[in-house]
Amino acid sequence: MKHITTLNTKSLQNTVKKGGCGECQTSCQSACKTSCTVGNQSCEHKN
Amino acid sequence: MIHQYKSNGYNMVLDINSGAVHVVDDLVYDVLACMQEGTEGADDVCQKLQDRYQESEIKEALEECKDLKQQGMLFTEDIYEHAIDVFAERPTVVKALCLHIAHDCNLACKYCFAEEGEYHGRRALMSYEVGKKALDFLIANSGNRRNLEVDFFGGEPLMNWQVVKDLVIYGREQEKLHDKNFRFTLTTNGVLLNDEIMEFCNKEMGNVVLSLDGRKEVHDFMRPFRNGKGSYDLVVPKFQKFASSRNQDKYYVRGTFTHYNLDFAADVLHFADLGFKQISVEPVVAPPEADYAIREEDLPIIFEQYDILAKEMIKREKEGRGFNFFHFMIDLTGGPCVYKRLSGCGSGTEYLAVTPWGDFYPCHQFVGNEEFLLGNVEEGVKRPELTKEFKQCNVYAKKECKECFARFYCSGGCAANSFNFHHKINAVYEIGCKMQQKRIECALMIKAALAGNQETQA
Repeated sequence: MKHITTLNTKSLQNTVKKGGCGECQTSCQSACKTSCTVGNQSCEHKN
Repeated sequence: MIHQYKSNGYNMVLDINSGAVHVVDDLVYDVLACMQEGTEGADDVCQKLQDRYQESEIKEALEECKDLKQQGMLFTEDIYEHAIDVFAERPTVVKALCLHIAHDCNLACKYCFAEEGEYHGRRALMSYEVGKKALDFLIANSGNRRNLEVDFFGGEPLMNWQVVKDLVIYGREQEKLHDKNFRFTLTTNGVLLNDEIMEFCNKEMGNVVLSLDGRKEVHDFMRPFRNGKGSYDLVVPKFQKFASSRNQDKYYVRGTFTHYNLDFAADVLHFADLGFKQISVEPVVAPPEADYAIREEDLPIIFEQYDILAKEMIKREKEGRGFNFFHFMIDLTGGPCVYKRLSGCGSGTEYLAVTPWGDFYPCHQFVGNEEFLLGNVEEGVKRPELTKEFKQCNVYAKKECKECFARFYCSGGCAANSFNFHHKINAVYEIGCKMQQKRIECALMIKAALAGNQETQA
């Protein structure tokens, strides 16, 4: 692509089938305790 | 739906529903704005943009956009609303507890939602027996979840340190018997921190949150001892030692900014200059009438501070002296699944707070508000209707979230914030939303800057 650089290729839509195991960290247990943030959490599965 | 914005010379485009992030040139930026308005035909787009670009260029750019659209990386549809409904119907399991190990504190922070540790109630320390029952409850109600989280919180948990240690030992025994994995964390103001505590935490605690607000004058103003003396000089050297003993990982120095230090970027950089690598500085949550509360008119200053911070972080990273800022962390490749992103923080369902005497509340922010008392360690959760209400707190329950580009990054915001401002748990806290949106814009821009996309700079 000449005009566009894409930073990531993994689509959220792909996580619909495999996701939802619930093993990842509860967001408020991380650092925040006041501000709900999930974008910075990591998935426990590598695929 | 896409979200496009310009930041620090980068033209950023977020495809909201796929999560794809693109850095584009000015031409594509303008073409995408046309497409967003519904103009997609080559002739129509050319007509709209002919004053600025050549027709052949416009057509080429449009083709690139259409290619990405076809690949599901631009203008993708929201296919999740039904999926999340089905997901929310699953049986409730509890996977995380915030143990209020001490409703007492040795500081008198002015913004404390726990009212100097007392949470609108009496001073109390959690007994080992109550703590054990809480861990037993967690194991018994965790279904097939293996990773169980327990945060030792307060007040100040080090005021009840022996019980913390005993509960960790108990948890380690129990996890083997039940095939679970406890992840313990601790939040502390550092006043009682010593070598023995650091050593224990380094062995047993997956994360520690070290409360520090920033520059000495900022910290001491909001976080004094009860006699009015500041606590900065006592805790900073201990936190530095602690962070270093954890190899600058698995901890956060965590500060709160208020109306009184809107120039909080200086506080974040102060932490970095003190040598800390894991930093979180977050806006205070306060009733609107509090003198230190963040107000709507503070937002332009706050946004500017996030911009200043983002640029400085890029600079330091390139110089090899970067650091993490919790609110700018975003995982574009291994982030959470869409269920996690849409289903909220889990308060009142999979996440509960436990008081020193064993009562359950939806989260630490609700502790002390009897209206939200859910049950206790003896009898379990006794308010299914309230649990259900919390369970339904996902982004599709709020019309503002449905239209917000940030919905996959904040999961619909904090129920306690919503309650504080609107007296219901499924509303939105607008000031918080605007700050969250700004932080996501900065976080994505940082990714662009560090991906070496200089050629796309305007």
